[in-house]
Amino acid sequence: MATTLAKADESVDHAARLEHVSKSFATPGGQQLVLDDISIDVAPGEFVTLLGASGCGKSTLLNLVAGLDRPTVGSITTEGRPALMFQEHALFPWLTAGKNIELALKLRGVPKPERRGKAEELLELVRLQGAHGKRVHELSGGMRQRVALARALAQESNLLLMDEPFAALDAITRDVLHDELTRIWAETGLSVLFVTHNVREAVRLAQRVVLLSSRPGRIAREWQVDIPQPRRIEDAPVAELSLEITEVLRGEIRRHGQH
Amino acid sequence: MASTDTTKTVLPDAGSVEAGLDALESGVVGRTPFRQTFVNKILPPIVAIAVVLAVWSLLYPVVDNPSKLPSPAAVGGAFKDAWMKGELLGYIWTSVSRGLLGFFFALLIGTPLGLLVARVKFVRAAIGPILSGLQSLPSVAWVPPAVIWLGLNNSMMYAVILLGAVPSIANGLVSGVDQVPPLFLRAGRTLGATGLKGVRHVVLPAAMPGYVAGLKQGWAFSWRSLMAAEIIASFPDLGVGLGQLLENARTASDMAMVFEAILLILFVGIAIDLLIFSPLERWVLRSRGLLVKG
Repeated sequence: MATTLAKADESVDHAARLEHVSKSFATPGGQQLVLDDISIDVAPGEFVTLLGASGCGKSTLLNLVAGLDRPTVGSITTEGRPALMFQEHALFPWLTAGKNIELALKLRGVPKPERRGKAEELLELVRLQGAHGKRVHELSGGMRQRVALARALAQESNLLLMDEPFAALDAITRDVLHDELTRIWAETGLSVLFVTHNVREAVRLAQRVVLLSSRPGRIAREWQVDIPQPRRIEDAPVAELSLEITEVLRGEIRRHGQH
Repeated sequence: MASTDTTKTVLPDAGSVEAGLDALESGVVGRTPFRQTFVNKILPPIVAIAVVLAVWSLLYPVVDNPSKLPSPAAVGGAFKDAWMKGELLGYIWTSVSRGLLGFFFALLIGTPLGLLVARVKFVRAAIGPILSGLQSLPSVAWVPPAVIWLGLNNSMMYAVILLGAVPSIANGLVSGVDQVPPLFLRAGRTLGATGLKGVRHVVLPAAMPGYVAGLKQGWAFSWRSLMAAEIIASFPDLGVGLGQLLENARTASDMAMVFEAILLILFVGIAIDLLIFSPLERWVLRSRGLLVKG
């Protein structure tokens, strides 16, 4: 029933394991089922996107995996506390870009003398060397999300949860950040669970796409994406698979209009 | 992205596109030139003061009764006399030291109280409404009970300041905490800032704008309460502050001195705000990008 942390001596063959997870919320009209019997394994180093239309409970699911909420039924196992990135950058405006990262390091217990150097390294990883002293409002949307990514990476969790992190960015910036995320994922060997409603984005990034149906959120279908990286969002194989997934997604959405 | 040879040349390309985007989207921020600051910020209040003086000078011969409306020159003379006798700074210091010390105590009490009300549901339900109600109670109402409880002394002055300023400071912090975006709290929790760490690293810094607004108002209330206390409870042993100066002027029917005292009370209140609280507020807002130049 509860979120349990894997012990060190257990052999871990997954970065996150969701077993028959259901979640319902109390509403004035009674219990509302948001997630229904979700089972997903994310292998170490795997990149999985969760794809779904509105009302599929994507964000609820990420909250559960992040440990911010508890499932009503089922169990979720992660190794340590996962890092979480939001659609809004959620950087603290009273701190500089670098200090935001250093706060994450501090809360993880990294001793003070090491923090500055580590923060600089992480900024370099997201190609923002020299931005340590910048205020959050001085950065562009894309730069803010990269600082947010660096702050999430500062947690040194081996699972990174991303809740539509690029949805509010313009297309060009989003494209560049896809490249960055792919590069950083390959460099760090992180497992990523990435939530989006953008089919092409899902195919562009993931090794596996999991489609959720809406109200309640159930796993509708899964696709392995065998297109080699680096991919571009306008590549023909990406477009082809996106088309196929979109058709299934539309079918799922259509069912809701036919009550 | 010049090359359409899609899959191969992506990675080196990405970095340079990114650098270009960063450069395009980062504005250059410089300092405002002094001339502009002068025209926008310094000149308008000087003009306003000049207009007030002009209207006053025109009105003086019309009223033609120095015991009701003294001339600007007579008020200036009252300032000069007090300065020459070496008493002017003494009046100011007596009141300012009381006011700031009282405010400091109010800060020490109001801050934890505000945090408690903001974070503990039971405390909020119990004293939250009283605390905001107290803000609308004129602090002069506390002077009679304070005199009866504590007598005519400095502690009575401090008590009145506290009762005036603590609710403002606490309420400012409460509204600051209430306005912390839930996203910051979620982000803080995923980073491991829970419990007291969450309060220290997320809640308090995020609540700073509301807190500083509360401090500003708290100072205004401190100063008002103190003046009320000094006017009502003037007693020779307490030393002459600005409130007593005003009361002494009234009993002496010296209208120029009355004006002098009122102007001093006004200027000191404004000066403390301009020297301490406004810069603090601007610094807090500017560092968060909340002070956008029009």
